[in-house]
Amino acid sequence: MRGCSRQRLIWQKGYCEDRLPLAQFSLTRCRGQDGGTRVECRRVVAMAERRGPCGIGGFGPAGSTGGARAGSSLATGAELEARARSFGGPANSRWLRLGAMEELDGEPTVTLIPGVNSSKKQMCFDWGPGEMLVCETSFNKKEKSETVPGCPFIYIIRKDVDVYSQILRKLFNESHGIFVGLQRIEEELTGKSRKAHHFIFCRLVRVSKNYRSVIRACMEEMHQVAIAAKDPACSCQFSSQVSILSAMELIWNLCEILFIEVAPAGPLLLHLLDWVRLHVCEVDNLLADVLGSENPRKHESFWKLVTILVLQGRLDEARQMLSKEADSSPTSAGMCRILGDLMRTMPVLSPGTTQTLTELELKWQHWHEECERHLQDGTFASSPHLESLCKIMLGDEAALLEQKELLNNWYHFLVTRLLYSHPTVKPIDLHFYAQSSLDLFLGGESSPEPLDNILMAAFEFDIHQVIKECSIALSNWWFVAHLTDLLDHCKLLQSHNLYFGSNMREFLLLEYASGLFAHHSLWQLGVDYFDYCPELGRVSLELHIERIPLSTEQKALKVLRICEQRQMTEQVRSICKILAMKAVRNNRLGSALSWSIRAKDAAFATLVSDRFLRDYCERGCFSDLDLIDNLGPAMMLSDRLTFLGKYREFHRLYGEKRFVDAASLLLSLMTSQIAPRSFWMTLLTDALPLLEQKQVIFSAEQTYELMRCLEDLTSGRPVHGEPDAQRLQDDDIETTKVEMLRLALARNLARAIIKEGSLEGS
Amino acid sequence: MEEIYAKFVSQKISKTRWRPVPAGSLQTAETFATGSWDNEENRVSLWSIGDFGNLDSDGGFEGDHQLLCDIKHHGDVMDLQFFDQERIVAASSTGSVTLFLHHPNNQTLSVGQQWTAAHYHTSPGSPSCRSAPCTGVVCSNPEIVTVGEDGRINLFRADHKEAVRTIDNADSSTLHAVTFLRTPEILTVNSIGQLKIWDFRQQGNEPSQILSLTGDRVPLHCVDRHPNQQHVVATGGQDGMLSIWDVRQGTMPVSLLKAHEAEMWEVHFHPSNPDHLFTCSEDGSLWHWDASTDAPEKSSLFHEGGRSSIFLFHSISNQANVHQSVISSWLSTDPAKGRIEITSLLPNRTLSVNSLDVLGPCLVCGTDAEAIYVTRQLFS
Repeated sequence: MRGCSRQRLIWQKGYCEDRLPLAQFSLTRCRGQDGGTRVECRRVVAMAERRGPCGIGGFGPAGSTGGARAGSSLATGAELEARARSFGGPANSRWLRLGAMEELDGEPTVTLIPGVNSSKKQMCFDWGPGEMLVCETSFNKKEKSETVPGCPFIYIIRKDVDVYSQILRKLFNESHGIFVGLQRIEEELTGKSRKAHHFIFCRLVRVSKNYRSVIRACMEEMHQVAIAAKDPACSCQFSSQVSILSAMELIWNLCEILFIEVAPAGPLLLHLLDWVRLHVCEVDNLLADVLGSENPRKHESFWKLVTILVLQGRLDEARQMLSKEADSSPTSAGMCRILGDLMRTMPVLSPGTTQTLTELELKWQHWHEECERHLQDGTFASSPHLESLCKIMLGDEAALLEQKELLNNWYHFLVTRLLYSHPTVKPIDLHFYAQSSLDLFLGGESSPEPLDNILMAAFEFDIHQVIKECSIALSNWWFVAHLTDLLDHCKLLQSHNLYFGSNMREFLLLEYASGLFAHHSLWQLGVDYFDYCPELGRVSLELHIERIPLSTEQKALKVLRICEQRQMTEQVRSICKILAMKAVRNNRLGSALSWSIRAKDAAFATLVSDRFLRDYCERGCFSDLDLIDNLGPAMMLSDRLTFLGKYREFHRLYGEKRFVDAASLLLSLMTSQIAPRSFWMTLLTDALPLLEQKQVIFSAEQTYELMRCLEDLTSGRPVHGEPDAQRLQDDDIETTKVEMLRLALARNLARAIIKEGSLEGS
Repeated sequence: MEEIYAKFVSQKISKTRWRPVPAGSLQTAETFATGSWDNEENRVSLWSIGDFGNLDSDGGFEGDHQLLCDIKHHGDVMDLQFFDQERIVAASSTGSVTLFLHHPNNQTLSVGQQWTAAHYHTSPGSPSCRSAPCTGVVCSNPEIVTVGEDGRINLFRADHKEAVRTIDNADSSTLHAVTFLRTPEILTVNSIGQLKIWDFRQQGNEPSQILSLTGDRVPLHCVDRHPNQQHVVATGGQDGMLSIWDVRQGTMPVSLLKAHEAEMWEVHFHPSNPDHLFTCSEDGSLWHWDASTDAPEKSSLFHEGGRSSIFLFHSISNQANVHQSVISSWLSTDPAKGRIEITSLLPNRTLSVNSLDVLGPCLVCGTDAEAIYVTRQLFS
């Protein structure tokens, strides 16, 4: 169950009155911070906690099914609010929230939580790092009396649902590697300054292509799954994902051409042609279909195919098709030959030649006039198909718009139009043609969709608008975060700083990484994204890493490694402490001691050592000898631990019958004050058998020391008040012990004096 | 090492294991099992790298591994071992140990035998038990030995419902891995840097021998025994160090080799070519250590010998100390003589490589970046 292992969540408590439409949370949130409501809010939260046991039964299922519907609804305004809450204090966040509100583009959509009774209008909520907890309360403002709780569920509202898609996980994982590689480009570069510029450029283009190929791979898999899905609703859902991925790739590809490759006039059009060919790919199936048929010329789609080929500028293939037509029908053979020649002679920019743009323009002008002459001469008058092809090749807008069906969309229209009327279009003029193409294509019948707006913004070279529109339209942060990061590496976003948090790149990366951290399994990916956010990355990581549930030691070790690599000492300490506490609770003292040594936590080491000593007093033997015997320098961590180690050493020496060493160690434990007072009696009792040995072990001086210790102990004893029977008995035992010790000490002293005296005398 | 195939599988892989090939057969490895961890629903899966060619319509090109079947697994898969050709033993973070059966006819997996709560903590006050993760498992038909965070060692038999032998409190800290040394003897490594040898013939809860790294008490995470020289043992530690031990003599490692930058999660001697060793680590690297006494003509001879010699090795590896006379290249203390060549096998660093396995010329490894890498040409 989510979050049950480490309940150290320090989310801010919040309460507001009419809140079922979730989008209003961000608006009403601040109201709850006035003194009056705050008190009540705590009460409500406390009540919800008290209801915990009954709520927990439904916690998991409700959270994962009913609650996970927020999607993009909490985007923009609410998102900003969430981020602001994590980093600023309340006052700060109010300001940030207002700032975010000013920029709000359109109303956030309202999300209804299934199963919540909205007529009662009593809800409390709690912001988490990547999600929100919502539950009904039984708080009743008017009657001030507690009613029976209506709904035993706590809902988890997740804002980034795409993270939970099995197939998109591959996208996240694979692109993570590309992202990290991209961040390291600059590190690799030191020392190669001469060719640096070109080197970076090539790498950036390659990185962009890698990202796109990952999107495509993901899209293809999603497509396979959509086809294979038996359930129509399911299949439909996958298909819509496919179209989203396809749109993402389309946008990315255009951005790559315009912003990263920065293609100049001439090559620009070639790139745009490739772009259209890649994304309007039905033609390949059609081509295979027509060529595969018995008589391609008689195929019903023959002319459709030729037209599409011409529209996409695939003139070589179109010419081959025409030659088939020419072979079989002698009447039109001549016309086909002429049109084929026109196709062949169309001047195109071939990469790698020294041809200048002006030369190309001249040639093209000449070719264009030739086409026009043929049309005016009525060369193709007898074949409407050929005539319309010729018109297309002249860039005739009306003829192009007649092929609306085949063009599919306005950007295809734009590129075809540019190909046949402005082949050397400059990047700067692009937006003009784009706008007019969009207007012509839609013809006032329908309004542009989000995708159209995004592409248009790209044609206008307005990067920020592209990113903004994408953030609103797409349901995940993956796309904008990675695209913005890449563009930032191209040095295209330097001028833009947000007035909250850090810059835009960092803001989007933080959003994306937070989404990953909310996922039970993808959190490891998020770490690297935080690493490359110079301003707020570290704080965010610190906040998130503490909330990872530590189910096994192996997982804890992985989290620890992440913290240790980044010198997050505070987090390292807290993780070790959690593990040590867990071990104590499970009665695994050895493990607990290891963890507190690793955390260098002296206080906890003392606590565990005390437990060891107590167990020893109770049982008369040590447990976990393999650890205590091998403490080494770690023993110095705390006095009590040193004592534990040394005391065990005494037992070992005693066991090995090295009595003299054992005796002096025992004495030094007391005289150096390492041994806790409470333990002195045990130590003195341990001295008894040594005092009773046949040979003298404690010297006279050592015996005096022992006696002093005993007297210190007995004289410092507090006088008891009302003695009860038990205490009397205890005292009785104690008194006997002390008397026995005194006797043994006295006898040993006598023997020692005699021995020492006689030794000196001889 | 040209051909290394990666496949993203939408789950973090904690363990990868080749299915053993029948002794004496000339078959190459073609099926492996994986276990996942840290997922809402974890799975044990079987994959094939066999040539699907015609069978697979949607462009599964040769070399790419395909999912054969999988089954839900309760808790993280902490360790995974093939019991025999058809059976897989999985250790769970919930403390249970499960024996899965693979049915090749209809390509399904089913639960054959399960020992729930094989590992558990006893709380001081209450009689109730809390489960403890089972961290390691090792099989030698018909015996299964498991170790866990509770410091307990269990000995199971595939056909017994109850544990045959349990050593409570075998270790005061977490036991991380276990391997068979000689048949009744096992070797465990723990989180305070100790190797302990246990003899199941002896009664009582004391190990027959303790070896340790002095001083630092660096946790050891993995252990593997030399396939032919049973006294040679390799371990990997938290600091990424590779230690080679000779359990016959001394309580200290014979050599300590600085290796990875973070926890070494697994170490494996090549089963039939033990001069080669493979390690993987939290830092995202996978290394191939080649300690073959580097005479080029010798190694080329070996390659000409080809596969048959490899499997000859494999089939006799159970007999005692056939190669005892050969001085192990891993124990040589002379640094000039014992030259070791190290190659990094993964092209670029990713997240932690949690597990690897080698069999014949094939290697498989799984990562936290949810990818499985397979290569079929280790020695080319």
